[in-house]
Amino acid sequence: MFNKILIANRGEIACRVIKTARKMGIGTVAVYSDADKHALHVEMADEAVHIGPPQANQSYIVIDKIMEAIRATGAKAVHPGYGFLSENPKFAQALEAEGVAFVGPPVKAIEAMGDKITSKKIAQEAGVSTVPGYMGLIGDADEAVKISGDIGYPVMIKASAGGGGKGMRIAWNDEEAREGFQSSKNEAASSFGDDRIFIEKFVTQPRHIEIQVLCDSHGNGVYLGERECSIQRRNQKVVEEAPSPFLDEATRRAMGEQAVALAQAVDYASAGTVEFIVDGDKNFYFLEMNTRLQVEHPVTELITGVDLVEQMIRVAAGEPLSITQADVKLTGWAIENRLYAEDPYRNFLPSIGRLTRYRPPAEMAAGPLLANGKWQGEAPAGETAVRNDTGVFEGGEISMYYDPMIAKLCTWAPTRAEAIEAMRDALDGFEVEGIGHNLPFLSAVMDHPKFVSGDITTAFIAEEYPDGFTGVELPELALRRIAASAAAMHRVAEIRRARISGRMDNHERHVGEEWVVALQGQSYPVTVVADHQGSTVKFGDGSSHRVASDWTPGDQLAEIDVDGDRLVLKVGKITQGFRVRSRGADLKVHVRNPRQAELAALMPEKMPPDTSKLLLCPMPGLIVKVDVEVGDEVQEGQALCTVEAMKMENILRAERSGVVSGINAAPGDSLAVDDVIMEFE
Amino acid sequence: MKDILSELEERRDAARLGGGQKRIDAQHARGKLTARERIDLLLDEDSFEEFDMFVAHRCTDFGMQEQRPYGDGVVTGWGTINGRMVYVFSQDFTVFGGSLSETHAQKICKIMDMAVQNGAPVIGINDSGGARIQEGVASLAGYADVFQRNIMASGVVPQISLIMGPCAGGAVYSPAMTDFIFMVKDTSYMFVTGPDVVKTVTNEQVTAEELGGASTHTRKSSVADGAFENDVEALAEVRRLVDFLPLNNREKPPVRPFFDAPGRVEMSLDTLVPENANTPYDMKELILKVADEGDFYEIQEDFAKNIITGFIRLEGQSVGVVANQPMVLAGCLDIDSSRKAARFVRFCDAFEIPILTLVDVPGFLPGTSQEYGGVIKHGAKLLFAYGEATVPKVTVITRKAYGGAYDVMSSKHIRGDFNYAWPTAEIAVMGAKGATEILYRSELGDPEKIAQRTKDYEDRFANPFVAAEKGFIDEVIQPHSTRKRVARAFASLRNKKLENPWKKHDNIPL
Repeated sequence: MFNKILIANRGEIACRVIKTARKMGIGTVAVYSDADKHALHVEMADEAVHIGPPQANQSYIVIDKIMEAIRATGAKAVHPGYGFLSENPKFAQALEAEGVAFVGPPVKAIEAMGDKITSKKIAQEAGVSTVPGYMGLIGDADEAVKISGDIGYPVMIKASAGGGGKGMRIAWNDEEAREGFQSSKNEAASSFGDDRIFIEKFVTQPRHIEIQVLCDSHGNGVYLGERECSIQRRNQKVVEEAPSPFLDEATRRAMGEQAVALAQAVDYASAGTVEFIVDGDKNFYFLEMNTRLQVEHPVTELITGVDLVEQMIRVAAGEPLSITQADVKLTGWAIENRLYAEDPYRNFLPSIGRLTRYRPPAEMAAGPLLANGKWQGEAPAGETAVRNDTGVFEGGEISMYYDPMIAKLCTWAPTRAEAIEAMRDALDGFEVEGIGHNLPFLSAVMDHPKFVSGDITTAFIAEEYPDGFTGVELPELALRRIAASAAAMHRVAEIRRARISGRMDNHERHVGEEWVVALQGQSYPVTVVADHQGSTVKFGDGSSHRVASDWTPGDQLAEIDVDGDRLVLKVGKITQGFRVRSRGADLKVHVRNPRQAELAALMPEKMPPDTSKLLLCPMPGLIVKVDVEVGDEVQEGQALCTVEAMKMENILRAERSGVVSGINAAPGDSLAVDDVIMEFE
Repeated sequence: MKDILSELEERRDAARLGGGQKRIDAQHARGKLTARERIDLLLDEDSFEEFDMFVAHRCTDFGMQEQRPYGDGVVTGWGTINGRMVYVFSQDFTVFGGSLSETHAQKICKIMDMAVQNGAPVIGINDSGGARIQEGVASLAGYADVFQRNIMASGVVPQISLIMGPCAGGAVYSPAMTDFIFMVKDTSYMFVTGPDVVKTVTNEQVTAEELGGASTHTRKSSVADGAFENDVEALAEVRRLVDFLPLNNREKPPVRPFFDAPGRVEMSLDTLVPENANTPYDMKELILKVADEGDFYEIQEDFAKNIITGFIRLEGQSVGVVANQPMVLAGCLDIDSSRKAARFVRFCDAFEIPILTLVDVPGFLPGTSQEYGGVIKHGAKLLFAYGEATVPKVTVITRKAYGGAYDVMSSKHIRGDFNYAWPTAEIAVMGAKGATEILYRSELGDPEKIAQRTKDYEDRFANPFVAAEKGFIDEVIQPHSTRKRVARAFASLRNKKLENPWKKHDNIPL
């Protein structure tokens, strides 16, 4: 076994690999850019080597710099993680030349699977089901129309070198095929400098389901079940689970066997992932093979008990697999939610800045991964597992240079329903402040009936959230549970306030039992009767909830037992009540005594200010330039001013034409989000 | 006998109706509450004890003798806020537009005299059209009687003004002399002369809102210390403020049960100060992480944002915080921030509230507008306020403490009790670049040499240890243990006794 391994990556995956290496007694070397000087992976590793400026193309993906770090530290193996150099054959070659083990597949396998057309050919030859389509190069639009007709509409026109939706068109008839061919070709040429185009069947009701394979260099290979990754936003996976709620055992086996066949066809030796697209009739078609550790690998680990990173390292060291296909058992259900530093209320705009608060839910061990003694975290054993793979910490900085994914929260439970419930709970208890993040959106997905039923396709997010994410409206029962909790909490807070020093003896304030809770446009008069174990909160209609919690004023997280069920609230301060975040909702919960409530009802509803005639600062930043003056007539799209945020200049442009009536900022001013920069007539 | 008792109830009912239901409805329609409703929200349930309910005016001019409603446009009395006594007056806009008559003023004066005598805060709810014109000079005399009491009560009991409607002309000077002024957005305004007079005299066109609305006074003039969305929120927030204040100048600030370990460690503070000395960071994060339960009551939040002032609690006890804000103007001191902080420091000192000062100050803001505006004397106010303060003073320097501004920000030299610095602190006459340009002027043509000189200067002075060697810094502390260190420092100062020499009063550079 290697005595030292270098991790050519950053963030959560570097931390993930370090954990396993440490468990195996292998020394670890981190590499870091200027932006990652204080990153978690640097702190966790035994050694760390600086490799350059923040930009990945000057640090993490510069092969020479990684090679230097290897030489400087004497590492005997390199784990590339995902992204960066993980699927770069030149990197694997460079390592081979240096006599350093690459914790990944052989160079040839990377090369073979790296090109969409080549990989599809190999797959067909290996007997893998592929999407009907034309593999050869297509000369002109006429040929494209003919081929499309042969395949049968709808068809997908794709750039060979494409990815991320670029150079991709769907055609439902000859005319669209003709147009799509031309525009794909143009886009491919400009985006990738490679205008090769191919056409294939467009799959309806598509699901993205992938098979995890694991092969050694002795000709052994197994598949470790599938992962369902259909919940994607613009081809970015958001939620994954294993197993898939859609597959039956026969389909699983067929897919698994084909995946292993494909891997063995290219002498694959490592962990790899074969991605399939599966239609509504469980027909599956090969998409591509990822010759690396996949982001969402933890869900497979949680249901199989296999530590994939450990297996990769062992295979790279030349060991034969210690498990056979018969040993692979899928136990229970695992779900992964990716926490992105993206603001769901601002159309998932990446958000950067300081994590003023970052408190993931407590990790808990359970399931096969624990049974196999391979658990990564130091966590108590429970009925459900909670695992959080992360690369950030409270007080850390989210920079603009890298992927906005900051954590992968996974839960495991014996059944899918329980795993979802555990995830809801874990999301509610995950505290992230200082940056915009998608926790509310994830909570919304976990509560979405379609997701809960398992009836999902890759179009789920686009179809269910066509106008983006605007927040969550909670159902009546959830509101009542929160109302009851808030009333009990408010009463505790008021009693504490009434215990201040300097009171007039014998004339203390008596905190009453009658309260009115207002939230989400609803108003509930309640009576709170407290005893030593908790409070009974009675509602006007005679119903009541029993609330117990060890919450004390100021706690930002309230874990409450409501009628025997757990409720976790993020609690913030507002006048006469709390800001409560739970299940994706962000509520102002006012708790007032009856007189206060009566008078509050007289207060006029204030409309949010009209901002259509204002230029607001979209991010915290520094004004570097103002391009217009008061009185100027501006046209739509005209540059108004430049805001520098995190060393990036952002030009703010007029959304419509108008006349500048006021300018409130000058170069050199630093502004907060939504500060008014300019006013228009 | 029964008749007599019920007559009292009838008279009370009449008094409680103020200017009548129609005017009450009109008040509500404007989004405002009535004088009595406001008192209900300000005080603990059923704690209000009213004085002078049946007082009526004595004016006989202009037919006034025909209308003599009970109470005369102001409700006065006392009650409790969380069981602690306060005196309150609440002007009733439904009675003669809340205008101030001789008797109206007498009612206010009565409770102010009692507040001073009995040592409890005065909270004034202002909603008045101004002087009762029918009464002429008697009304003006009434104002002056109130003014004189504001002055005498200043520094004896806390005085808080809520502006919940118009407050114009001479009327503004009573709130102006109280400790805090809070306004309600959209329904309150304050000015010495109204838009009509402004137009006549200066030909300026301005609305009441622009001239003296909440936004104007919290952002531009700094007359108001805060503004709230509506009456309900404003009154609830004043209750919250009162919980931070002592009842009078003979009492210690209040203590209440707390649920936050004084020794709480915040590892994230170790990364609060950015690598680059010119990168801003949010000082409020430090305040919130030091405070009990992250609870911070900010004063003048929207004015001179380069300095932060407000109240927190440590171990349940009130502490005033003054902190430079690197996010705005690099946290420098200027005219506005010096005035803002000086007034806050003097309030704390007057009422025995310990002061925590968080320092990251690159110096005073340079420029003609500052010098012409008198930054010398305004800056001196803050220096004076800190230097004369005898309350416990704990200072933490997080980053820059340059030049005269270092001295001003509650330094050891002006009787700071505990002066801590983070390892990231730079205590020096000025930044390295400026210093080397002066010290090595002859080498300015040689960038390499200057760069070396700058580096040498940084190595020598860009740290807290030169100051610590001299004892100007008592201890260099880990950022993550700031709450614990500061809490322990204040705990050790609970019995601090320090007196200034006798004087009639000082002569702070006003």
